[in-house]
Amino acid sequence: MATETINHKWGMVIDIDRCTGCQACVVACQAENNIPLNTEDRFRQRRAIEWIRVERYWEGEFPNIKARFIPILCQHCENAPCEPVCPVYATYHNNQGMNVQVYNRCVGTRYCANNCSYQVRFFNFWEPVWPESLKNQLNPDVTVRSRGIMEKCTFNIQRLRKAERVIEGQRGERITDENLKEGNFLPACVQACPTDTLIFGDWNDPSSKISNLKEKHFVDGGRGYKLLGDLGTQPNVIYLKKVDINAEHKVDAHA
Amino acid sequence: MQERVRISDSQVNTDLTSSIFESSKLYWILVGFLALVVLCGFTAAGYMFNRGLGVTGLNRPVMWGFFITNFVFWIGISHAGVMLSAILRLVQAEWRRPATRAAEVLTVFSLMTAMTMPLIHAGRPWRVAYWVFPYDWARGIYPNVRSALVWDPSAVFTYLTSSILFVYIALIPDFAVLRDRTTGVPHIIYSILSLGWRGSVRQWKLQIIAGILLSAIILPIFVSVHSIVSWDFGTAMSVEAWHSTVFAPYFVIGAVHSGVSAVVTVMIILRWMFHWEDYIRREHMDSLAKLLIVVATAWLFFFALEFFFGLYALEGPEVALRELQVFEAPWKWYFLTFLITSYLIPVPMWLIPSVRRNLWLMAFTTILVNVGMWFERFIIIVPGLMRKQAFVFTWGGYTPSIVEVTIITATFAMVSMLVLLFAKVVPLIPIGDAKEGMILHDEIKIGKVMVPAVMREE
Repeated sequence: MATETINHKWGMVIDIDRCTGCQACVVACQAENNIPLNTEDRFRQRRAIEWIRVERYWEGEFPNIKARFIPILCQHCENAPCEPVCPVYATYHNNQGMNVQVYNRCVGTRYCANNCSYQVRFFNFWEPVWPESLKNQLNPDVTVRSRGIMEKCTFNIQRLRKAERVIEGQRGERITDENLKEGNFLPACVQACPTDTLIFGDWNDPSSKISNLKEKHFVDGGRGYKLLGDLGTQPNVIYLKKVDINAEHKVDAHA
Repeated sequence: MQERVRISDSQVNTDLTSSIFESSKLYWILVGFLALVVLCGFTAAGYMFNRGLGVTGLNRPVMWGFFITNFVFWIGISHAGVMLSAILRLVQAEWRRPATRAAEVLTVFSLMTAMTMPLIHAGRPWRVAYWVFPYDWARGIYPNVRSALVWDPSAVFTYLTSSILFVYIALIPDFAVLRDRTTGVPHIIYSILSLGWRGSVRQWKLQIIAGILLSAIILPIFVSVHSIVSWDFGTAMSVEAWHSTVFAPYFVIGAVHSGVSAVVTVMIILRWMFHWEDYIRREHMDSLAKLLIVVATAWLFFFALEFFFGLYALEGPEVALRELQVFEAPWKWYFLTFLITSYLIPVPMWLIPSVRRNLWLMAFTTILVNVGMWFERFIIIVPGLMRKQAFVFTWGGYTPSIVEVTIITATFAMVSMLVLLFAKVVPLIPIGDAKEGMILHDEIKIGKVMVPAVMREE
């Protein structure tokens, strides 16, 4: 079998223009990654764990009010602020452009969460518990994190590893957008997104959809931007801003 | 000017070892009470380890709270030891003598207490071994030396080791005094600890040289410890309040401010408890207060600088943060408390000579300083985390839980208890030093008056 190693660099494009705020990605993520139930209590304590969250902002005054949604997940920064501050290498950058968290190294200093500009790191303040009826729905491919451990979006690394095993190892093909999709190897949030807001792929594959989108939108007048780009964190997730149908009108109002 | 006190050598020995051989009922009641508080703290910590950090008030985004505040506070207190013993020894300030031992002992115990805080803060102390020690256990990786959290234990451990050495070297002659005054098991222990001290000229010479050398070596460590503690915050690029470049000197001078104040408080308590009026005199309070005026004013200057640097760039988030600290409740009350208690009340009071010689007022002002300095750390650490980032969606506050408050209270009880218990084992005023001070005192005739003077040490 050909053992040619292909260097991937996983990434995501989030097209905010398509987001309807339906929260399907949030639910899918919750189910795939064995995230403990976020009860009302957890939200009140501000200790809910949502690897991906849909932030909702209201714009304007009633009745001319608009809701804007922005899904935020770990940006898998190339220059991640969370990485150098961890004393035990519990979080580090792997060779596929992902910011990974090693659960059994984590000692719980929580410095990474303090230093994350995007607030996408979550600490297990409590031991996770599931009701009896949900015990059998836990995903066997994903670790259950105990209390005192930091966790975050993994880009569903368990699925990507499986994709490498099946597509590259067994079939000897290159991973493309198509065979990722066919084999159910896309991250759960991407798979669940009904409007294709979330688009996942390989930055190193020039034919992938995300590479094309990046080329198309990172030009003058394009919609592409990086979240808090001025911080220089170089995220592997890029955003496409909302198409504003009243753009001209708005310019007038400000003039 | 030094007051002249003449006490015979054997009287000095008896007076200063009185804390060891006699103990009042009050002493044991106090120790018992403090032990009870410490026990409550251990219970609370155990409960927290068992249930998880959910029992604290911490949340997202405020991941650091009371524990880290308290850690910085106790590291700050620990700076008293070197400031008083090493620096004042090197500059040959004669009035340092009765304060040195108390300061060094306070250093050691507050450092030990401070080091428990990160362990408690992390919530699973049994996992900390491979964080703190640069040894690659079974994982094939060493601690991440880029992280300030690795520099921190290294600096603190070094400081603790050198402080213990420092205390021990100064203690050797006193152990010998105790060896000669005890029988039985304590006699054997003190014999071992005194390392065969006979009080010969050569031994004294070596002891003094060792002390001076250690003073000089410990100075850079002293500066580095709180600098590195400040870098625990300084290396956080994403938290507005934390990444000021002036943090290192600001933290060091703040530490000296709170540390020296704590030493004054401890000295007043010891003087009252063990009747050491002849040794801890009002002139010592006077000198320490003068030192504190200088330190406090330098600290205020750095505080102003830190604020100025923060606002100078006129970055939106930074300005918003300062607004939160200064103008919004409850932070504005904490801010006001901190500024008033750590500078605006004590320093003008210390400017009045009669206040500097009044023990009650000195105890009052120095306790105020430490209340203020605790608040200072708190208003640096928490507001920055509360609203550090662009997305308002995840802003949040922080209310400490009863578990955290109990543990924090217990740390205060622990340091007090350890210092009091230590007074039962060794004299908290260095006997040899006190005698040396008396011998070096002389009177010289200037015109028609006899003036007390001090010979210089060599």
